[in-house]
Amino acid sequence: MERALVLMGCAIGAGLALIAGIGPGVGEGYAAGKALEAIARQPELTGTIRSNMFIGIALAETTGIYGFVTGLLLIFVAPRMFIGML
Amino acid sequence: MNVDIHGAPILYRLPIFGGINITSTVVITWCVMLVLTLLCRWLTSDLKVRDISKKQAAAEFIVNMAESFVDQNMGEKWKRYVPFIAAIFGLSLFSSLSSLLGLFPPTADLSTEFAWAIVVFIIITYQNLKANGLGGYLKGFCEPIFVMAPFNVLGEFFKPVSMSFRHFGNVVSGVVISSLVYAALISVNTALFNLIPGKVGELLGSIPILAVGLPSILSLYFDWFSSFMQAFIFCVLSMVFISTAAGEE
Repeated sequence: MERALVLMGCAIGAGLALIAGIGPGVGEGYAAGKALEAIARQPELTGTIRSNMFIGIALAETTGIYGFVTGLLLIFVAPRMFIGML
Repeated sequence: MNVDIHGAPILYRLPIFGGINITSTVVITWCVMLVLTLLCRWLTSDLKVRDISKKQAAAEFIVNMAESFVDQNMGEKWKRYVPFIAAIFGLSLFSSLSSLLGLFPPTADLSTEFAWAIVVFIIITYQNLKANGLGGYLKGFCEPIFVMAPFNVLGEFFKPVSMSFRHFGNVVSGVVISSLVYAALISVNTALFNLIPGKVGELLGSIPILAVGLPSILSLYFDWFSSFMQAFIFCVLSMVFISTAAGEE
């Protein structure tokens, strides 16, 4: 019974942690859209704009990655740890 | 349906200091370093001034790229960081690409990236101390006002954490999604062909026909694009952090 509860909590928590993916998705889309606008305005700067866009996107991704790592920990590490504690 | 997602497999256990695990990360990283060293030796052997060979042209192209990459992000006077940045870039790229050979990529292990990030963190701190002195370094934490000091300290020490987690998360998400899709395709394949009655369906169901094409498209993104991208971003962030630590914008 306790095992089931622990597993349930970990699974629900992992699902909730992946909600963190929404923010980076919106933000990266916005960044890419702005970069396209900039490229449309100044096509000669395409290379610079693209590399700067990738840097910005990678920075924006951090929060999503934190959510993903939390999800991984909840699925692969936490159940064993909590069940060991019981 | 069996999904096989695991950390770095332990190959051998050294019986000293209460047991040190030699994981595949260590072994493959050493292999990658060996490959890189041999590649560099081979590319730079018998260099000439005139009538250069294709091999030398490639070597010069790579060196030029590395130098202009550091130039753009750090400026002219940071030339001595070119080997460091190029080494991290090559190591990261080849480690991630080792998954193409079916190996467990060392970058899917947080220890690898964390080690690189700690090296970068030490360089950041060294440059900061060199540029501002100990007093200036400590005073930098009290910007803009004294109350912000805990947040600044936390932010400083989270730089390596966020750098390593970014690289790790991207590689591991690729590994997890690829293995999930692979397992799902195999089970869909089995379920689909078992609808055909008799021995024929059973035979077709045991051959993973559906799992042939799609994983390679995923591999194109997760292995090729993501490897390049993460190596690039890790290097750019290290360069930006190092040059801002030395007080240059």
